[in-house]
Amino acid sequence: MKFAVIVFPGSNCDVDMYHAIKDELGEEVEYVWHDETDLSRFDGVLLPGGFSYGDYLRSGAIARFSNVMKEVVKAAEAGKPVLGVCNGFQILLEAGLLPGAMKRNENLKFMCRPVNLKVVNNETSFTSAYQKDEVISVPIAHGEGNYYCDEETLQTLKENNQIVFTYETNPNGSLIDIAGITNERGNVLGMMPHPERAVDELLGSADGLKLFQSIVKNWRESHVTKA
Amino acid sequence: MYKVKVYVTLRESVLDPQGTAVKSALHSMSYNEVQDVRIGKYMELTIEKSDRDLDTAVREMCEKLLANTVIEDFTYEVQEVVTK
Repeated sequence: MKFAVIVFPGSNCDVDMYHAIKDELGEEVEYVWHDETDLSRFDGVLLPGGFSYGDYLRSGAIARFSNVMKEVVKAAEAGKPVLGVCNGFQILLEAGLLPGAMKRNENLKFMCRPVNLKVVNNETSFTSAYQKDEVISVPIAHGEGNYYCDEETLQTLKENNQIVFTYETNPNGSLIDIAGITNERGNVLGMMPHPERAVDELLGSADGLKLFQSIVKNWRESHVTKA
Repeated sequence: MYKVKVYVTLRESVLDPQGTAVKSALHSMSYNEVQDVRIGKYMELTIEKSDRDLDTAVREMCEKLLANTVIEDFTYEVQEVVTK
């Protein structure tokens, strides 16, 4: 399986993401600059964390209009797995690939530490290697991870099982402890915690690796069946 | 030329963490009469006259980029600038 790690001016978790895929997962991966106009050679797209375009105006607001985002939308529409972590999640929200918006953390602090997440939905192509309600340790590092959406959207998220991860102890004020959500189809996941920084015990936790393993396993299964 | 002043604020229904923090600071300075603080953004756009309808264009800029209408409202004022 071949992954693209999209690099925006200001991305800073692109190297962690690349390392997770290449060295820990053992799959193919390539850095892709934000002005790229073709992602058709990739099977999955990863939007890393960081501060794209300096987070000027709002996190993710400017990145959403870069050339590559048209291609990310195409990949999502084609059913390819698209994962946005932290700033990547914020970009997916701004692009409308996921519903809702991010506010400043309730306590106004930038928070950087491991947190416990509950895998609320293990029936997505990103989480099938986890047990339902499994508690995993994955680090967060953000100042704007306070997820918000209106009542109607929240109802839809619940009804379609789009809430994938919740915080055991809410660090940022996020609505009903939401840490990660998918789109309705289930092939786009946005999450504030960083699974790519939890891929080896040396880093304090290897719990994030199963997320990437799930993506690959599901991709292999669907592509072997078709072949 | 026009000068357009754009104000972007969090929607009334959305809690404002920054505003809340500033309100507590004002209270700790004993300005207890302050009921509420909401923090927003102010932007000034200088726009040339063109064939495009100014109101439509500014509204589009706000909806597409300057405000995130999921959580923010916007208003704007237009001033015509006379160039000598």
